[in-house]
Amino acid sequence: MAEPGALRAYRALLGAQARSQASYRTSFAVDLVGNMGATVFDVMTVLVLFGVTRELGGFTLRETLVIVGLSSFAFATADLLVGNIERLPRYVRTGLFDAVLVRPLAALPQLLLMDLPLRKVSRAVFGLAVLVFALASAGIGWTPGRVALALVAPPAAVVFFAAVFVTTATVSFYWIDSGELANSVTYGGRDFTSYPVTVYGGWFRALFAYGMGFAFVSYHPALALLGRPDPLGLPAWVGWASPGVALVAAAVAALAWRVGIRHYRSTGS
Amino acid sequence: MGSVTATVAPPTDPNVTRWFRTFGAIAASGFRRHATYRQAAVAGVVTNTVFGFLRCYIFLAVAGAAGTVAGYDRAQLGTFVWAGQGLLAVIAIWGWTDLADRIRTGEIAADLLRPVHPVTSYLATDLGRAGFASLARLLPPVVIGPFFFAVYLPRHWATLPLFGLSVLLSVVVCFACRYLVNATAYWLEDVRGPMILWTLGSGVLAGLYFPLGFLPSWVEATLRYATPFPSLLQVPLDVLVEREPMPTELRLVGLQVGWAVLLLALCRLVQRRAEHRLVVQGG
Repeated sequence: MAEPGALRAYRALLGAQARSQASYRTSFAVDLVGNMGATVFDVMTVLVLFGVTRELGGFTLRETLVIVGLSSFAFATADLLVGNIERLPRYVRTGLFDAVLVRPLAALPQLLLMDLPLRKVSRAVFGLAVLVFALASAGIGWTPGRVALALVAPPAAVVFFAAVFVTTATVSFYWIDSGELANSVTYGGRDFTSYPVTVYGGWFRALFAYGMGFAFVSYHPALALLGRPDPLGLPAWVGWASPGVALVAAAVAALAWRVGIRHYRSTGS
Repeated sequence: MGSVTATVAPPTDPNVTRWFRTFGAIAASGFRRHATYRQAAVAGVVTNTVFGFLRCYIFLAVAGAAGTVAGYDRAQLGTFVWAGQGLLAVIAIWGWTDLADRIRTGEIAADLLRPVHPVTSYLATDLGRAGFASLARLLPPVVIGPFFFAVYLPRHWATLPLFGLSVLLSVVVCFACRYLVNATAYWLEDVRGPMILWTLGSGVLAGLYFPLGFLPSWVEATLRYATPFPSLLQVPLDVLVEREPMPTELRLVGLQVGWAVLLLALCRLVQRRAEHRLVVQGG
């Protein structure tokens, strides 16, 4: 995949996307603003909730904003990079996926570059702004270790969400009409990671936080950055585990994708 | 089914009966059409349930130790969330572009030839769809929620019928809003702008992300009287959890009636203006 010919082909795909999307200027501008709106409302919702309460699950607004910032930056960036894999069911149904498979390039990068939604850049930038603002205003006692974590945790969270997008999309190799099912994990995961894990309870928390690993996206890194012990009793080093968890998630996604492709049988359309 | 053509004798039964029969037949076909997408309905129920858990836990955390917030106690928040997750699919805020698509492709011309007014026929289809959704999409979350969270059961006998009426009005108001958003396609080449605005505004202003009572009371009141959004979701849910005394609830449902009439009239007006424009263009 690293051969220069393939790289040039991928770059050509990306260039074609950029040109085609930017050619309708007004639509593109409308899309940029609209896409940012979704993330703006997510952050606004948190502010509204803190309008009627002092603390959420034992966390103040400033502390919660670190969690929100990590979550919305990571989700928006992963959505920009690989979120369009959500269209896989449509590609499978319409038979476009067959065309992708017969080309002499890897299927996944082709799919992503064929439809890179540049309009989503605005959300990722807004997410980054929230994250930077939150980190600056949370009163973090910066140490070299925490600076390193602040630099590593957001990309790790991006990788994690990207893995979730790819893994859930592979369901459509088996069940064509699975769009909304994938949403419950991807968008559910986004909402889950926007709040301290202490907010949730019972098996639901166990499933999302540790069964699927969403606690490592924003909650545990935020605890480590803020220097707070975990109210749920996990040791402090767990906050540093997010890159490792992200790698495991990426490995699972790669495996699921490979198995899925092997299982794929054309719909014949 | 009683449509008038050159080869069929004009019907002799009263017009109103005929209108209702046509309306009923279109609604029934809307019901059947959506009843065929069973996989999608199951997937939708799973998603609504996951979001039910998320929102329920978050709102309960907002209520905190005190146990009440903005006039809702914990059980009322539970009912608000789970009934809200079910209603979301019944009123179908998002994802309806049928009309805009038909306008763009020109297929709308076929709709205009039919003897039933487009607003009427699309409304009938939508009511049929909502009928199926209230079985397949409203019931599951309402049944699942109480297994995991305390929920509030209405105490007043009149609440349930009033809730039913309020939901019906929500469906009509939501349909009219979506129709108007779609109808911008008559004038604009690209309806994505209005569509995005609607998608963003409707969720947050209808009371889906948080009960509007969490906002300062003057903001809540402004939204309620100046915009149709609270009439989509917030009003039927407040009626169901009996947040306000009965006379206030009746007034809120009355407000929904007002929005429904106003917006449907606006739909017909917009449709008439659009048809004139189509004729002028020769399209």
